Amino acid sequence: MRFCLIRRSGTVAVLAMLFIVHSYSLAQIPDSAAPPESALSIPNAQLLQPEELNRLLQTGDSDKPLVLQIGSHVLYAESHIQGAEYAGPGSQPAGLQQLQQRVASLSRQTFIVLYCGCCPWNRCPNVGPAFWQLHDLGFTRVKVLYIADNLGADWVNKGYPVEHGR
Amino acid sequence: MNAAPSALRRLLLAGSLLGVCFGACGAHAAFAAESLLHKQAPEFVRRDLNHKKLDLNAFRGKVVLLNFWATWCAPCQFEMPRFVAWQSRYGPRGLQVIGISMDDDPALVRKLYEKLRVNYPIAMGDEKMGELYGGVLGLPVTYLIDMNGEVRAEYRGEMDLNTIEMQMKLLLPHP
Repeated sequence: MRFCLIRRSGTVAVLAMLFIVHSYSLAQIPDSAAPPESALSIPNAQLLQPEELNRLLQTGDSDKPLVLQIGSHVLYAESHIQGAEYAGPGSQPAGLQQLQQRVASLSRQTFIVLYCGCCPWNRCPNVGPAFWQLHDLGFTRVKVLYIADNLGADWVNKGYPVEHGR
Repeated sequence: MNAAPSALRRLLLAGSLLGVCFGACGAHAAFAAESLLHKQAPEFVRRDLNHKKLDLNAFRGKVVLLNFWATWCAPCQFEMPRFVAWQSRYGPRGLQVIGISMDDDPALVRKLYEKLRVNYPIAMGDEKMGELYGGVLGLPVTYLIDMNGEVRAEYRGEMDLNTIEMQMKLLLPHP
C-alpha cells in the first residue's frame, strides 16, 4: 500500500508537469485552424525571437531586415525598435493599406520583419493580418517578431535598442 | 523509519513544486518600467471625450483608479465593465475611475465608450502621457492613487481583478 501511494503521488506529479509544459507550448504552436487575424495562425518557422533580431540588427550584415511596426502608432511613438518604421495598424483596413503602400516598390525577396508588441502574443490583433497580407502579396522572406508579452517586457526591458518619436 | 510520513512528504513536495510552477508559468511578465510606486502621481490636465476638463489634481481627496487601455486590447475590454461596476458601487465612497485611451482614433474610443456605457471620464492619451506614467509599452496598465495623490499600486498587464478590488477597498474610507 505504501508503494502504491508513492507511485500514485509520483504519477500525479509527472502528469501535472506534462500538463504544464503542454499548456505552455500550446501558446507557441501555430494553429492551422486559427483564423488569419490571429497571431496563432503564423507558422512557427516564420517567427523570430527578440534575441535573434537584436543580433541581426547589431551586425553590419548587408542582409539586415526592414523592420515594420504594424501595431499602435501611439505605442510606436513612445518607443519602437531602433530603425523600425511604422506601417499599421494591421487590424484595420487603413493600416493594411499603409503596409501595402510601404512595400509596393520592394522586391518580393526583401527580408522583412513585422512586429507589434501591444499585448500578449495570443491576444495581438495586428500581426496575423499583416503577415498574411505580405504572404498574399508574394513576399517570401517575411518573419514576425515573437513578442510573448509586450514590447516593454520582451525588448526594452532586455536593453535592446529603441528609438522614440513618430 | 515510518514510510507513510515519507510518502506524505513526497506528495507535499510534489504539490508545492506544482504550486510554484503554476505560479511561475501563470505569472505575467511585467515590464520593468520606471516605477511610480509610493511617488506622487504625475499631474496631467486633458479634455475628456465630452470635452470637459480632466485634471487629476481635482480628484485629490478621492481614490483614483487610473487605467491605460485601448480598443484593440482584449484584456482591457474584459476589465472595463468591471470598472464601470466599481464606479457605481464605490463612487459614493470616494472612488474615481479615469480611463486613458492609447488609441490612435478617438472615434473608435467613443464607439466603445457608448457601447459599454462607461460612467467615468475617458481622455485620449499619447506618447507623452505614456512616458509621464513610467512607460506604457503594453496594455492594460492600471494605477491606484490614494486620497493624497500617492501611487499605492501599479498593475501592468492582465491582472486578477479581485486583487485590484481588494486593494482598492483598503484605500477607501470605511462606509
